[in-house]
Amino acid sequence: MKQSRFAWIVPAIYILFLLTPIYWLVAMSFKTNVEITTRFTLLPETFNFDNYIKVFTDQKWRDVFANSIIYVGLNTIISVAVALPAAYAFSRYKFFGDKHLFFWLLTNRMAPAAVFTLPFFQLYSAFGLFDTHIAVALAHCLFNVPLAVWILEGFMSGVPREIDETAYIDGHSFPSFFVKIFMPLIASGIGVAAFFCFMFSWVEYLIADSLARSTVMPITTRLQALSQASGTDWGVLAAAGTLTLIPGAIVIWFVRNYIAKGFALGRV
Amino acid sequence: MKPVNQRAWFLVAPVLLLVAFTAIIPLMTVVNYSVQYVGMNTQFHWVGDLWFREVLASEKFWNALWRNLVFSGIILMIQIPLGVLIALNMPRKGWGVPVCLVVMALPLLIPWYVVGMIWQMFGRVDIGLFGVMLRDFGYNYENDPIDAWFTLVLMDTWHWTSLVALLAYAGLVSIPDAYYQAARIDGASRWQVFRHIQLPKMARVLTIAVLLRFMDSFMIFTEPFAVIAGGDPVFLSTELKQTVELGQKAAMSLIYFLIILLMSWVFYTVMTRDDGEPRQRGGAS
Repeated sequence: MKQSRFAWIVPAIYILFLLTPIYWLVAMSFKTNVEITTRFTLLPETFNFDNYIKVFTDQKWRDVFANSIIYVGLNTIISVAVALPAAYAFSRYKFFGDKHLFFWLLTNRMAPAAVFTLPFFQLYSAFGLFDTHIAVALAHCLFNVPLAVWILEGFMSGVPREIDETAYIDGHSFPSFFVKIFMPLIASGIGVAAFFCFMFSWVEYLIADSLARSTVMPITTRLQALSQASGTDWGVLAAAGTLTLIPGAIVIWFVRNYIAKGFALGRV
Repeated sequence: MKPVNQRAWFLVAPVLLLVAFTAIIPLMTVVNYSVQYVGMNTQFHWVGDLWFREVLASEKFWNALWRNLVFSGIILMIQIPLGVLIALNMPRKGWGVPVCLVVMALPLLIPWYVVGMIWQMFGRVDIGLFGVMLRDFGYNYENDPIDAWFTLVLMDTWHWTSLVALLAYAGLVSIPDAYYQAARIDGASRWQVFRHIQLPKMARVLTIAVLLRFMDSFMIFTEPFAVIAGGDPVFLSTELKQTVELGQKAAMSLIYFLIILLMSWVFYTVMTRDDGEPRQRGGAS
């Protein structure tokens, strides 16, 4: 379909709308607090990196960044590892209760986090896991495991079943077939599933905040504590906020063609 | 047809165990709380459906539910047409494609709390670009509930319209050129092409977009919390967070969860409607 010559104006305006608040955050991170609170300047008067230096030299900021990265990484590994065999089962076989199980997984992806924060505290305390990285990583499996299963199932169903059968005839056992032949075939699917697990664990706030309160505090909890206190240090908050955009901006390039597929749980 | 194989259960077992730990046990705990009164020294007393009746009779609950539905309604009415409009006008080839995809996806990867923080910094009348520009028109989201609503809707549009646009775009690029050629031969107008070729082909992805946007906006908590810190408007999840009484909180959680369960069922039916039919999967969408 030929688009009109001026079609580009619509996405251009939209992108401008998307970038304006982000620009303001980044601009703020280069300003001094005096400039932020007393003068209204579209461009920072001088580009000073003091706010970033403050963030990078403060052990507390470094810790909260590391905490977030650790539980997000753990969650991604756990989610994809357990989802791989399950997705294979759903894509290749019929078994008792498969449809119900698949639906039940989805309900967990859709469950509001606010419902689970109440019992999570008791549950993880009972196992002595409260305020640990692994607690947040496990709790985020609530929505990331179903997501990974659905996405991987979508990709696996695109691989013809004849490949499995040929491999078994050639004398491959299931584990050797799965690791040596099947996983390379769905490598892009594994990448996309890992990306989405990473992403949803990274953006989540409520559960992480309720399970990791002090020693493994996530970055967003610290931002929250500082942004709603009196005498807010806006410059440092803006600098730390800007830094949280970077992981997403980096990985997005690799999955740009799969973003829609991932959000549609592998079914576009 | 897929072969029947009960041993497939072994492959599903790890997921089952993990999700049982993260979902079933907590949910059972909630059920347990919802029918009991937890007194001093955590003594439990059976109270039956008292908490449920209390929640369902509470005006605050219905107000929050109502606000949530209105919010989701507004969100859908803005984001779905806007997303489709953007997708229709997005470039199909050349350098514009990756630029559009990457920049549009950017808001989707920002931690939700930071999204709220960005809009707080953007909208405040003392330090925000947006707030300062509108200050003279009497805009102040911290004092005026209407302005708060406006800010939250604008923020959510900023945060999530890209999702609709990207899904609709994925639907559009999957339309073979032959369809358009046939339409040209028939002398179809732009509107007819949209109405009879593009819209039907996007129907499935758009249904997914509507359901995803409805559910996520229905559960919204973090972003408004960051912007207005629990002030007006109070949504269901905020109400839930602010409820102190354990039993009441649990009962409200269950009612909330049942609503979501119902919607998940609709979602599932849509998602798996044409499973089993041959369809292009596995490649770039």
